[in-house]
Amino acid sequence: MKLRIKFRKYGVMKFIGHLDMMRYFQKVMRRADIDIAYSGGFSPHQIMSFASPLGVGLMSNGEYLDIEVHSWTSSDQMLFYMNQVMAEGVEILAVRKLPDNAKNAMSSVAFADYTIQFREGYEPSFSLSEILTEFLLQPQILIEKQTKKSSRQVDLKPLIQKLLLTKDGGVFMRVSAGSVENIKPELVMDAVYHFAGEERGEFALEITREDLYDENGWSLIDVGEEF
Amino acid sequence: MRKPALNDEILLTIEKPARYIGNEINSVMKDPAKVDIRFAMCFPDVYEIGMSHLGIQILYDMFNRRDDVWCERVFSPWTDLDQIMREKKIPLFALESQEPLRKFDFLGITLQYEMCYTNILQILELSEIPLLSRDRTEEDPIVIGGGPCTYNPEPIAEFFDFFYIGEGETQYDAIFELYKENRKNGKSRRDFLMKVCQVPGIYVPSFYDTVYHEDGTIQSFTPNIPEAPKCIEKQVVMSLTDAPYPTAPVVPFIKVTQDRVVLEIQRGCIRGCRFCQAGMLYRPLREKDVEVLKDYAEKMLKNTGHEEISLSSLSSSDYSALKEIVTFLVDEFHGKGVNISLPSLRIDAFALDVMSKVQDIKKSSLTFAPEAGSQRMRDVINKGLTEDMILHGAGMAFQGGWNKVKLYFMLGLPGETEEDIKEIAVLSDKIARHYYELIPKEARNGKVQITSSTSFFIPKPFTPFQWAPMNTREDFQNKAHLLNDTFKEQLNRKSLKYNWHEADLSELEGVFARGDRKCAKVLLNAYKKGCLFDSWSEFFQYQKWLEAFREEGVSIDFYNTRERSEDEVFPWDFIDIGVTKSFLRREWQNAKTESVTPNCREKCSGCGASNFKGGVCFETKN
Repeated sequence: MKLRIKFRKYGVMKFIGHLDMMRYFQKVMRRADIDIAYSGGFSPHQIMSFASPLGVGLMSNGEYLDIEVHSWTSSDQMLFYMNQVMAEGVEILAVRKLPDNAKNAMSSVAFADYTIQFREGYEPSFSLSEILTEFLLQPQILIEKQTKKSSRQVDLKPLIQKLLLTKDGGVFMRVSAGSVENIKPELVMDAVYHFAGEERGEFALEITREDLYDENGWSLIDVGEEF
Repeated sequence: MRKPALNDEILLTIEKPARYIGNEINSVMKDPAKVDIRFAMCFPDVYEIGMSHLGIQILYDMFNRRDDVWCERVFSPWTDLDQIMREKKIPLFALESQEPLRKFDFLGITLQYEMCYTNILQILELSEIPLLSRDRTEEDPIVIGGGPCTYNPEPIAEFFDFFYIGEGETQYDAIFELYKENRKNGKSRRDFLMKVCQVPGIYVPSFYDTVYHEDGTIQSFTPNIPEAPKCIEKQVVMSLTDAPYPTAPVVPFIKVTQDRVVLEIQRGCIRGCRFCQAGMLYRPLREKDVEVLKDYAEKMLKNTGHEEISLSSLSSSDYSALKEIVTFLVDEFHGKGVNISLPSLRIDAFALDVMSKVQDIKKSSLTFAPEAGSQRMRDVINKGLTEDMILHGAGMAFQGGWNKVKLYFMLGLPGETEEDIKEIAVLSDKIARHYYELIPKEARNGKVQITSSTSFFIPKPFTPFQWAPMNTREDFQNKAHLLNDTFKEQLNRKSLKYNWHEADLSELEGVFARGDRKCAKVLLNAYKKGCLFDSWSEFFQYQKWLEAFREEGVSIDFYNTRERSEDEVFPWDFIDIGVTKSFLRREWQNAKTESVTPNCREKCSGCGASNFKGGVCFETKN
C-alpha cells in the first residue's frame, strides 16, 4: 500500500539539504520499524519518493514523501512512532493512505505557497504594499530564468496566483511549482526588488514553504485518507 | 530550541553547515546547571572524518552515562569557517550546547595520526585557549591527549596538560572524581595535575625534564616532582565483553566516511608484523563474546536506522567466532535492506561464500595485503603470507567469478633491494597470469583487473623497526618510478594498474612519529605560517614545512634517516606498553636475519604483554 507523509521542517534542520533529508528519512523508517517495501538487487533501496526538494536555508510547514509499505497499523500510530524517533526540527504532521490510482507526490505538485519574512536589518526601504500592487498591475513580468546550461526569458505573471502583504509585514505568495514550471520564491522577490529599483541582499529573506497543491488546488495531503 | 553559535548568514555561506549545528539523532543534551563537569571531546579533523571514529563514540557514550558529566563533541572547522571565525572573532564551540569551549572543564583531543598536529593548534587557538600548557590559567580547560599518537607524545608534549596513555575505558571515573574533589577543596590546576599524575596511565609532561647529549639524542628523561612516576603503564581493558559500548551511537545527517554500524569484535592482534604499530600497542589480544555482539548488532541497527553494518578489528580472520558472527549477520539482516560490509578476510571457501551472498561479484574486488613483493622481504617484516597462499586464494576467487584484485604493498622497508621492489610488479603479473591460465576464455568476465598500491614505510615507536632508518623523499620517489617502469615491462601490463602517493607527507609523518620535544617549535612555526589540514593533499604545504624546519634549526635526517643504536634512549621509553624493549630488539635482529616469528596462537614468543593477564598465550597457560 502507498502512504503519503506530510512533515514540517524548522530550526537548524533547515540547513540539512534534500539528499541528506532523504537519507534521514530512510533511517527514520528503520528506527520506527515501518514495514517499508524495498527494491530488489544487491543494494536494495526503500520505495520512497519526495514531492519537491526544498532548498537549504528554507523552512517548511508542508513537505511530502510517499512510501510503499507491506503492512500498516493506523495513521495515528504510525505518526506517533515516527515522531518518537525524530530529530528536533522535523515533525510528522499526517500519515494518509493513497488511492491506488493516485499520482505520486512529485508529479502531483502544481502550486506552492510560501511566506517570506525579512531578516533583521534587511527590511526593504520601499513601501512593500504599494510596490506589490503596482508590480501585479504590469501586463507582463519578464525575467531571465537560469537553467543548468543557459537562461531563458519567462513571463512570471501567469505563474503567480497570489502575491500579497501579510499582517506582520511579510509576503505571502502562491506560485507554480513542480515539473512543468517551478518558480522559486526568491525569483519572484528578485523581480519585486528589481521593479522597485533595488537589489535584494543575499540573506534578506527568511522563507517558509507553507504547503504544496495539485493542479486542482488540493493540498497534497487531502488526496489521501486517514486509516 | 537552542541557538546556533553561528548565525544564518554564516551557516548559509559555508560548505556543509550540518557539520556545525549538532542536533543529530542520539546526540546527548543535558542541563548545564545539573552537571558538575563539562567535557569537550575533540577529533582534530573535519566532521566527516571525526564522526567516523569509533573511539570517541565509545567515550562519548561512557562519559554521558554519568549524570554529573556532559560530554559534547567538537571537530576542526573546515578552512572556510576557520577564516570566518578568525575574522569575526567567534570562539570555537561544542556541537551540543553550541557554547564556547573555553568554558569547559576538559578538552579531550584524540590523536589518531601525526598529520593532524597543526589542527590541534587550530582547535586551541580558535577556542582562545593558550597553545602552551604553561601559559594556561585556572580559567582554561584542562587539555588532555589520548589515542595512538600518545605512545610518543613528546613532539606535542608542551601543548597538553596531560596525556592518557592507553584505552580510555579504565581511568576516567577516577580522573573525574579527583577533579571534583580538587575543585570542592578550592585547590588549583597544578594541585589537580599533581594528583592526576599518580593515576595509572596518566602522563603530565610538565612534571618531566629531558636532558640531551651533544649529538641531540636523549641522555636522561626524569620526573621533576616526587609524585610523578618514572614509568607510565599503558591502560588496557581486560574484559572487552563487559566494557561499555555505545548501542545508540550518534547518527550524522551528512554522509560521513564510516556511515554504518561498527561492531568491534576484538582488540589486539596475534600476527606480529614488524612494521605494524597497532599490532604491538594493542596487545594482548582480547575477543568480545559473540553473543554480546549479536545483541549489540540488533540494538545498534534499531537505534541508528543505519543501512549497513561492519566489523572492526586489526585482523578479523583471527576472531575465533568469525563464522558465527558473519553467518548471524547475513541470516538475520541481509535481505532486510541492511548491507553487510565485510572486512578484508583471508580468502578461503567460507569468505568467498559469504562474499558471494552479500556483494555483487561483478562489481566487488578481492583485497590482499602482501605488504612486500618478495618472499625474502615478507620474512623480514614477518608477514605470514606466501605467494602460494595469495595465488591459491586469488585462484579460488577467480573460479567463483571475481576478476578484480586489489593489492597493497609498502616501499622503503628495512633492507629493501631493487630486486625486492621489482618483485611487487612480478607478483602482480603472476596473479594476472594465474587468471588467464585458470579461467578459459569463454568463462571470463572480461579482463582481470589488478590494482597495486604502495605506501611508503614509516618506522613507528614500539615496533621492531623503531631503530630502522627511513628512506628519504628522493629514495621514495626513485623507488616508485622504478616500480612503475617495472610494471610497464610485465606481460599482462594492460591488466595491471599501479598507484602511489607523494612522499612529502611521509617524510613529515616520520619526524613526528619518532620525534622528541625539540619538534614542537617546528610544529608551532609551520602552523603560524598557515599549515593546517596537512593530511589533505589540497592543503598540504610542503615548502612551508621545510622553511619551518630550517628556521628552527631542526634536522629531518636526525629523526628519519639515521639508524639508531640499540642502546639509544628513545623519547617514548618511559611508556610501558607491556611488550618489552628487549622483545622488540630481538625482533629487530630477527628481521635482519630474515627469521620468521610464529604468531601468538602457534607459539608464545614472550613479548611481555601477558603481564596484563590476558591474550592467547596467557589463556592457554591458565
